[in-house]
Amino acid sequence: MLVVLMGALLLALGYFLGLIFFDSAVGGVVIALIIWGVMNLVAFFQGDSILLGISGARKIKPSDNPRLYNIVEEMKIASGLEKMPDIYIIDDPALNAFATGRSPNRASVAITSGLLQKLNRDELQGVIGHEIAHIKNRDVLLMVMVSVLLGSIVILAWYASRFMFFAGAGRRSSVRGGGQLGIIIILVGVVLMILAPIAAQLIYYAVSRKREYLADASSALYTRYPEGLASALEKLATSGTGVRGANKATAPMYIVNPFRKKGISLQSLTSTHPPVAERVRILRAMGGASLTDYEQAYRQAKGGVGVIPATALALDGAKPMALRAPSAEAKPVEDFPQRIERARETSGLVWRLNNYETIPCDCGTTLRIPPNFPLPTIKCPHCGKINYIVYRSQSLAPNG
Amino acid sequence: MLAVWVFVGIVVVLIIIFAAIFNGLVRLRNQVKNAWAQIDVQLKRRHDLIPNLIETVKGYMKHERETLEAVTKARNLAMKAVSAGAGERGKVEGELSSALARLLAVVERYPNLKANENFLALQEELTSTENKISFSRQYYNDSVLNYNNQTQMFPSNIVAAMTGFRGGEFFEIKVAEEREVPKVSFG
Repeated sequence: MLVVLMGALLLALGYFLGLIFFDSAVGGVVIALIIWGVMNLVAFFQGDSILLGISGARKIKPSDNPRLYNIVEEMKIASGLEKMPDIYIIDDPALNAFATGRSPNRASVAITSGLLQKLNRDELQGVIGHEIAHIKNRDVLLMVMVSVLLGSIVILAWYASRFMFFAGAGRRSSVRGGGQLGIIIILVGVVLMILAPIAAQLIYYAVSRKREYLADASSALYTRYPEGLASALEKLATSGTGVRGANKATAPMYIVNPFRKKGISLQSLTSTHPPVAERVRILRAMGGASLTDYEQAYRQAKGGVGVIPATALALDGAKPMALRAPSAEAKPVEDFPQRIERARETSGLVWRLNNYETIPCDCGTTLRIPPNFPLPTIKCPHCGKINYIVYRSQSLAPNG
Repeated sequence: MLAVWVFVGIVVVLIIIFAAIFNGLVRLRNQVKNAWAQIDVQLKRRHDLIPNLIETVKGYMKHERETLEAVTKARNLAMKAVSAGAGERGKVEGELSSALARLLAVVERYPNLKANENFLALQEELTSTENKISFSRQYYNDSVLNYNNQTQMFPSNIVAAMTGFRGGEFFEIKVAEEREVPKVSFG
């Protein structure tokens, strides 16, 4: 619906600008359609490579990260997607993920390395389920079309305003006949020129937010475990760093808005994504895993009409869909031993900064020697072995 | 004359509706078939993983011969039932699932085994294969539900009855423990 509205906006803009500049509405509409068509072609054939190129993503093989590959395959099976999407990892500590590709058979899923480290299996499954849902629901194609529509409207309005400004008032042909009609046409044209880009922008955001809710609902349906996505979203929300290489055009493809900054709550009308807190609340309020359950939770949280298209709900039927229990690997990847390891690494760094020497003893003890230690050897306090002290400065020397 | 045209018009509309419903039923039936094939792939994958798992685990688990034998036995039974119907197969595969679950639970007692990289990789594969089996089963059952709904609901049930669409069978893996009442002994 919203997309149709946006298309109508483009045509109306073309229509009135055509009347103003060429004396023919058809000419304006044709120009609008040509701009839209060319941009669509570019987006269609270049879209995913542009997006992946911008983000600095690197494609992985199954053996590079079996766990991630398996999770993507699990979600592919759960969604009934026919072809396995390509998987990309973006080396970025920021937490985010996105899906791209113009058809379900030629799609890619990308995830930042930061997110990969932070999430446990259930959470990762929820996130991947969300991205696979974008692919399955053809959101990528839809958002590309809508953003191209938006781009066309902006371009058309921008050039028309320049043209009008430089051409001056006297040379407009349609006013030749004079009269009120000509003035009205010019007025409507000018108003559209100013308002159409803004309206188109708002529609674009609305479409994007709606598809986010739908993808959340589908992810819950695929995983049968909304809590996974909910807790992943919470982690994403608290990280608060933007993604390098994301830009306005690619924003709706990410799982959460890549531009957010800590402490700044985004205005609800001008955001590509719904507030994370609200998405989490809806997911946690779900009584089952079906789309109907999501719809009910959504209505409870926000009131009014829901987000799931009626056609999808009709297919859903009234089937009971029980939620599943968390997987055995529910604890986060970053568990205790790893944290100790990291703490050791940091303290080792501090010692080295203070010019201490580090000598690993055979018994597993690490000996730290202060910079002005007088003896050439040191006895290990644990096993009693005599270790020779090799100073870093010496060991680095060519003859040492 | 007009009456004839009206009649022809109604017939044409009916044929179009009939064709649309028929095609919808064919699509749903194919979806069920594809979903079944997907389960099959994953079950076979599990059968293939088991000998490797037993081989890796054997050396570490000297005292778990019974558990290992139960897994091998369940696998052999499951492989024999490959061409059986959904109901029978579900039962055998369910037994394999619970035998495997018991084995993986016992692993917790062998820290050395849990440090073995080969085993860790196998464990990831097995865990994921179990997930894939349950996800493909989930998708299969969703597809069967859609298909059955369509064959039973008006008006598509008329088309289904005329052209012989009969709906599909759900696939439930029955895990043995779920049905048994826990035995408590004070001995």
